[in-house]
Amino acid sequence: MTLAVRGGVSPTRVHEMDAIVVGAGGAGLYAALELKQELGPTARIGVISKLYPSRSHTGAAQGGVCAALGNTEEDHWEWHWFDTVKGGDYLVDQDAAEVMCHDAVETIINLEHLGLPFDRTEDGLINQRRFGGHTRNYGEGPVRRSCFAADRTGHAILQTLFQQCIRREVTFFDEYQVLDLALPEGPGGRVSGVIAMQTATSELHAFRAKAVLFATGGYGKIFKVTSNAHTLTGDGMAIPYRRGLPLEDMEFFQFHPTGMYKLGFLLSEAMRGEGGFLVNDTGERFMERYAPTMKDLASRDVVSRSIYLEIAEGRGIGGSDFVHLDVRHLGAEVLNKKLPDMSGFIRTYFGLEPLTDLVPIQPTAHYAMGGVPTDVDGRVLRDAAGAIVPGFYAAGEVACVSVHGANRLGTNSLLDILVFGRRAGKRMAADLADLPEPAADAEAEVSVQARVRDLLGGTQGERPAVIRAELQETMFTKCGVYRTEQLLTECRDEVAALRERARHLVVDDKGSRYNTDLGEAFELNFLLDCAEATVGSALARRESRGGHAREDFPERDDADWLKHTFIARDPAGGHLSLTYKPVTITKFEPKARTY
Amino acid sequence: MMNVQLRIRRYNPEADDAPHWEEYAVEAEPTDRVLDLLHQVKWYQDGTLTFRRSCAHGVCGSDAMLINGRNRLACEYLVKDAGTEITVEAIRGMDVVKDLLVDMEPFWESFKQTMPFLVNDEIPADGKERRQSPADRERYEDTSRCILCAACTSACPVFWSDQSYVGPAAIVNAHRFIVDSRDTAKQERLEIMADPDGVWRCRTVFNCVEACPRDIKITRAILEVTGEIGKAGIR
Repeated sequence: MTLAVRGGVSPTRVHEMDAIVVGAGGAGLYAALELKQELGPTARIGVISKLYPSRSHTGAAQGGVCAALGNTEEDHWEWHWFDTVKGGDYLVDQDAAEVMCHDAVETIINLEHLGLPFDRTEDGLINQRRFGGHTRNYGEGPVRRSCFAADRTGHAILQTLFQQCIRREVTFFDEYQVLDLALPEGPGGRVSGVIAMQTATSELHAFRAKAVLFATGGYGKIFKVTSNAHTLTGDGMAIPYRRGLPLEDMEFFQFHPTGMYKLGFLLSEAMRGEGGFLVNDTGERFMERYAPTMKDLASRDVVSRSIYLEIAEGRGIGGSDFVHLDVRHLGAEVLNKKLPDMSGFIRTYFGLEPLTDLVPIQPTAHYAMGGVPTDVDGRVLRDAAGAIVPGFYAAGEVACVSVHGANRLGTNSLLDILVFGRRAGKRMAADLADLPEPAADAEAEVSVQARVRDLLGGTQGERPAVIRAELQETMFTKCGVYRTEQLLTECRDEVAALRERARHLVVDDKGSRYNTDLGEAFELNFLLDCAEATVGSALARRESRGGHAREDFPERDDADWLKHTFIARDPAGGHLSLTYKPVTITKFEPKARTY
Repeated sequence: MMNVQLRIRRYNPEADDAPHWEEYAVEAEPTDRVLDLLHQVKWYQDGTLTFRRSCAHGVCGSDAMLINGRNRLACEYLVKDAGTEITVEAIRGMDVVKDLLVDMEPFWESFKQTMPFLVNDEIPADGKERRQSPADRERYEDTSRCILCAACTSACPVFWSDQSYVGPAAIVNAHRFIVDSRDTAKQERLEIMADPDGVWRCRTVFNCVEACPRDIKITRAILEVTGEIGKAGIR
């Protein structure tokens, strides 16, 4: 099918596939691998990524992935389940977390079979270490549950899954930026493919398939200081949101305690898991005051808020806006063998020696607990009542199952992408027989062409980077670790004004070859959509829970707020609606959370 | 803040007859990465400047470039080390598609030729993980750290003169499986490496070792592969 060509935009090229996976991180690759294994070598499984697969941000995950293997001490997946629910401040859907923690054991074993280079015990088993929020016997003390490959576990996962996808001859469409969904029956109907721009040529491609999985990762780039890659711009959340589909629990964003000062990227929690601790300006090990049992290994929201309070009360280093991570006592063996990448970061970017120097850290925007609502098989929900969007699936950080509730435990992000990426792949394979043949969404194809043409043709307006920098500053200072009604109201209005300004963007590059200038303009618009959903959800939630801390409503309020937020925008009028879905509680009654 | 003069080798075959140098003045902190300076240019001076990047801290492997005459990751090289006059150009031996961005397809083809995946379809009887001793695990520790950035291959003079050579990155990834005690396809892997365009082309110039941002001991890995080929009696 060829559409009219105007303004230098190529006609839409068409690819017919059985199933499409968007995003080539852990969730997308595991799903693709499952699809190939379930459907056999002739199945046309396409993975579309705006990067080369090995560049995906799964590769930046460091410390480990938890599963109750019990290889180094007693452990049970039910304990892991409890920790996940408690860590999520009881906003976790317990049936979903049960699936994740139970499936974890078998999934990790499967990854070993696929070739993952786990560190080993002396007996040759997968080695395990401690990690924040993971406890034995329902909170008694830390437990060794995190399986790891040095301090580059995500890299090992990404490599292993990419390797096996090569072995199974998955079809890769590298450096294609997905810009819209195909909804041939309109916004209320099924998903039938995607529309993407090939970065190398700026050509538009229509991918048609009965089943589409979004596994595009997070949107940390709405914040000024973040651990996230430049490419994490919420594309996979913004695209369905624009078409009127809801996003769940977007107010819950995790700030990781130990971001490298000013740079934002992480020093793994494994540095504390191995015995590192935080100190303030007086040299005090202040986490002992905030979390007497778990101390520096309390959950991330607790540690980040503690750092924020130390800084607010003038005990940041030299009165400034950072504290120190002390790992000097870990010794050369641990720092160089178990934490080599972390030690390298400290040496490269700070010029400091972790064996002798204290390391400046600050909380950094790290992880979206919210996202595209799904069930435990990756099927996307249309509404808070649980209706399914046929043909549409999501897994990984882009999705909200919800297994992380209000705050994700360390290592559970890798577990989420693995368990639910794999389950989504299996489910898609099973559903293909019942899903209707794919069809074109000509309206969406024309609309994407028009957007490309408008951006390339724009001569009056602002650079995307200017608006993006303002957005990141606004979100970091007004919708960050601590929030208030006033800050959030200002933030909402500023985001709305930025959205208005972004209607007139100017890109310098008018060419068709690797026009990354154009790509970044699209990404800015995705970020703005995600920001709108985040601040809109945050403003409504008048309580403090996990990653959403309100100074004006400091207590958790289970009577009114033990429920998930669904935010949606009417594609016609732009009106935002908020609806709520009850939390599924099957075993663990909500209790006050202490560490 | 310091003033930095950035010289970038620009080339857009859509618009330019030939590559040319352009200069940009940027303000920088000593702790800024060269990638930050490239972003300053792209975001606020000239949006047509084109390069790949993602994680910005040396783990994704997107931004290998020839900076001040040596292959490095732009996100791992700081202004305090690079100085106030910095030259940036695309890595060598690969076709420049636009500015600092090269055609990576031949690189991925070489990588895929080496069977870069574990082959072992036997599951232990107890259904649990395969056992591997820490010592056996250690044998591929170094080469499993590769991020496929192509800094090594594009620094290799043998590769510059003949791109049919698989190059150091492909050999590193072959090594990672050849010495993995769990793998069952060692013979096949060694035969691929013993090909005329395989491991024997290495002249141990050590450019790759110097270029590797992960400090992988590439030449040692190459020698271990040739040793294994010898032990297997492949000619």
